[in-house]
Amino acid sequence: MNGDGLTVRDLRVTFDGFTAVDGVDLDIRPGDLRFLIGPNGAGKTTLVDAITGLVPSTGSVRFEGRELRGRPVHRIARLGIGRTFQTATVFEELTVLQNLDIAAGAGRGPLTLLRRRKEVPEPVTRALETTGLTGLRDRPAGALAHGQKQWLEIGMLLVQDVRLLLLDEPVAGMSHDEREATGELLRRVSGERTVVVIEHDMDFVRSFARSVTVLHAGRVLSEGSVADVQADARVQEVYLGSAAGSGSVPGSVPDSVPGSVPGSGSVPGGVPATATATVAEGA
Amino acid sequence: MTTTLSPSPPSAGAARKPAGGPLAARFRVPGAFVLGAVLLVGVAPLVLSDFRLSLLAKYLCYAIVAVGVSLAWGRGGLLVLGQGVFFGLGGYAMAMHLKLADAAAAGSTLPDFMQLYGTSGALPWWWAPFAHPAFALAMTVLLPMAVAALLGLCVFRRRVKGAYFAILSQALAAALSIWLIGQQATTGGTNGLTDFQGFFGYDLDDPVNQRMVYFVIAAVLLLLMAAVRQLFVSRYGELLVAVRDAEERVRFLGYDPAAVKLVAYVGAAGMAGLAGALFVPAVGIISPALIGIVPSIGFVIGAAVGGRASLLGAVLGAIAVAWAQSTLSDAFPAAWTYLQGLLFVVAVGFLPGGLASLASAVRARRARPRTTPPAPTGGTA
Amino acid sequence: MTVVLNQSFTGISIGAVLLLIALGLTLTFGQMGVINMAHGEFIMAGAYTTYVLQQSLGGAGLPLLLALPLAFLVAGALGALLEWLVVRRLYARPLDTLLVTWGVSLMLQQLARDVFGAPNVQTRAPELLTGNVSVAGVTFATNRLFILGLALLSVLGLTLLLRLTPLGRRIRAVVQNRDLAEVSGIATARVDRTTFFLGSGLAGVAGVALTLVGPIGPTMGTNFIVDAFLVVVVGGVAQLKGSVITAFALGVLQSVLEYSTTVSIAKVFVLVAIVAFLQWRPQGLYTLRTRSLA
Repeated sequence: MNGDGLTVRDLRVTFDGFTAVDGVDLDIRPGDLRFLIGPNGAGKTTLVDAITGLVPSTGSVRFEGRELRGRPVHRIARLGIGRTFQTATVFEELTVLQNLDIAAGAGRGPLTLLRRRKEVPEPVTRALETTGLTGLRDRPAGALAHGQKQWLEIGMLLVQDVRLLLLDEPVAGMSHDEREATGELLRRVSGERTVVVIEHDMDFVRSFARSVTVLHAGRVLSEGSVADVQADARVQEVYLGSAAGSGSVPGSVPDSVPGSVPGSGSVPGGVPATATATVAEGA
Repeated sequence: MTTTLSPSPPSAGAARKPAGGPLAARFRVPGAFVLGAVLLVGVAPLVLSDFRLSLLAKYLCYAIVAVGVSLAWGRGGLLVLGQGVFFGLGGYAMAMHLKLADAAAAGSTLPDFMQLYGTSGALPWWWAPFAHPAFALAMTVLLPMAVAALLGLCVFRRRVKGAYFAILSQALAAALSIWLIGQQATTGGTNGLTDFQGFFGYDLDDPVNQRMVYFVIAAVLLLLMAAVRQLFVSRYGELLVAVRDAEERVRFLGYDPAAVKLVAYVGAAGMAGLAGALFVPAVGIISPALIGIVPSIGFVIGAAVGGRASLLGAVLGAIAVAWAQSTLSDAFPAAWTYLQGLLFVVAVGFLPGGLASLASAVRARRARPRTTPPAPTGGTA
Repeated sequence: MTVVLNQSFTGISIGAVLLLIALGLTLTFGQMGVINMAHGEFIMAGAYTTYVLQQSLGGAGLPLLLALPLAFLVAGALGALLEWLVVRRLYARPLDTLLVTWGVSLMLQQLARDVFGAPNVQTRAPELLTGNVSVAGVTFATNRLFILGLALLSVLGLTLLLRLTPLGRRIRAVVQNRDLAEVSGIATARVDRTTFFLGSGLAGVAGVALTLVGPIGPTMGTNFIVDAFLVVVVGGVAQLKGSVITAFALGVLQSVLEYSTTVSIAKVFVLVAIVAFLQWRPQGLYTLRTRSLA
């Protein structure tokens, strides 16, 4: 089980006395499509920050048997771990092609770097196709629509050839069609790679998650399939209890009310609507 | 944010055009560059008097610094406010050699000013190696690069903020000029090093040799421009822009942004050092007044006026500002200072792309589908 | 022993001057992130205000006392004007502000040259501030003591202002979250201008103090400005106490090094020490630790 996936043991992150991540254990098998959910301030983003080396932590984070803690950010990235941020960060002044080419080239030697790009590297071509950006490849990334930027970011992770993708709210602010497309993209991508998604939108989670981890106050509250998690009494309590305080998630909340999205029922593995309502409300 | 660009099909079509032949595409030289080269090497020496040519030589030295500023600041976003330090290190390395060579020619072991200040009679140990021409020449570039590498490593590795970097650079410029002034007996103090007779065996008073110095400077400038242009269009150039705009993102792609910035910073320092070294035979002096905080910021203004991100803009801007300075500052010193101040305010505050951005705005209007130099599409495996 | 004490008093008084200059920067640079190179010329404005007052009123003590509030107003007004004319357009480009305000500083220097002439001028110090006080064999120059007192008083005043007044709360709110402050009904543009007014005004007060220890000239500000920025950088932009500690530490370090080597070598060593310190704490002495990159 802990041979080659992501294994997190007793991970803690403290900011000036405030413990944002409080002893998290996590096992994610290769090829999984795992969703991290939980109310605001549950420590989801901080957990990802700690895994990718952005914030100092204690405990253990192992990926494919190698300890990540203590390595600088760019070394962790070179071990095959990539991430996105809540706000899409692409290189706005560079074209889509240039963005992807940079992502493909972390291992390039100085001589290659000093030369002009002569042909499009093969992984870049494939990523352009996978993300559907082939037609836009010479456009400056800053001119892309919001959803396209997110796809470009995911495409950059693909050419980077990461084996673990950590995505922070990839569908926030997307239209319904874009969400569906993104979900399909994630499904295609996982399988040969491991994907971890932080998400607030419960419809999206229900449609695409293979497994779900619920975080609350820096700890793992519940873990399992979507149905397992939604049936968990503790999860319902947390969401109901904190709904008033932290329910004001910008952007994704209105869409996440069950039933408002047509077609959500047709998704395979749909879940009973009773448990859904409580979870979706708070998310 | 809905930028109206032309739809992709026509631009994709245009992208295929330059692939007429790999060689032609590879050695495509911008027309402006050729024109500039002809003007500098062919026309200027014919039409300008010796005096004006030597002034131009001085401006070109500032232009060489601007090439580096364009790389580090324009592309890399590193506000290099300490270029005077590197200019000075290069200049002093060259000047020390010339002084020692002059002294040797006069049958002495001590440069003239040291005899004047009554140094104990022995040459300071750190002067001695500069008697070797090869060592001195190497030092004009290596010394500034080493100092830049040291400071850059410290600053970039620890992710010190951009503003802090700018202030530290200024402090370094201040410290070096104060140190030079304080060491009167061994550095010439406020006067600096001046009054050079020969330049690697050639008499510097001979106008023919002054012309030779001019040609060397023009050639160095053109070569460096070509080299930096190659950097701009290379993958490294793209990476540098990426680091400037989203450093954290680059880090998460597995690059070390510190290394990327370091290359640009050290390269710019080397160019400033070379410019300082060439400035010495061309102008005949190097002194603390040329390298402190004020001249260090002055090195940036030319690039800002012309366009920091455009290589040609930065070079032309540096030449134009240097020309304006030497033409106006003697006749109307007060007016020049106001103008200089105004240049900073207007160029940086209200036209951050410099004059080059005006030019490219016009060009963009004339030819709508602007394409970056792309690779042909056919080559996918 | 007296040597050590004398030397550290020299250091502390260097630190007091640095602190007085840096205090304004903790507002404009520390709180607002603006690198205002014309800060040095606001110092100059304060110094010339003292000079003009003394010329027109005669005497020494009264003009100095009057100069303190007046210099604050003059420099503050210049600062507010600068903010309104240029700085407010450049909040998104902090590095560019540095260059723009440098241009402004060149123009202000030339203006001073045109109005007061290029040579330095002097003010007469009041009787009280020209002597020395000896305590247990250690001599304190009274003008240095005055500057030290003025610096500490300014720190106290600024601290109280930021902590206790509604204006202080607004300034801190805008610094911590501009957008939130705006939607909470704070006129951020006005707060920016007020902050700039206060910071620049403090530079004017520093200028008054400098007339006691040196000549007044068009370029007097340039000599201090980079050192003052270093104080804020090393202190960390988050809190006043960082700048206070740093100013005195750098002052003492400078004076001790000067005593054992020379002024110029001391400068170099101090800079090396600062770069080394930033290796250890890249964000300065005191930082606000928050979630980065949210």
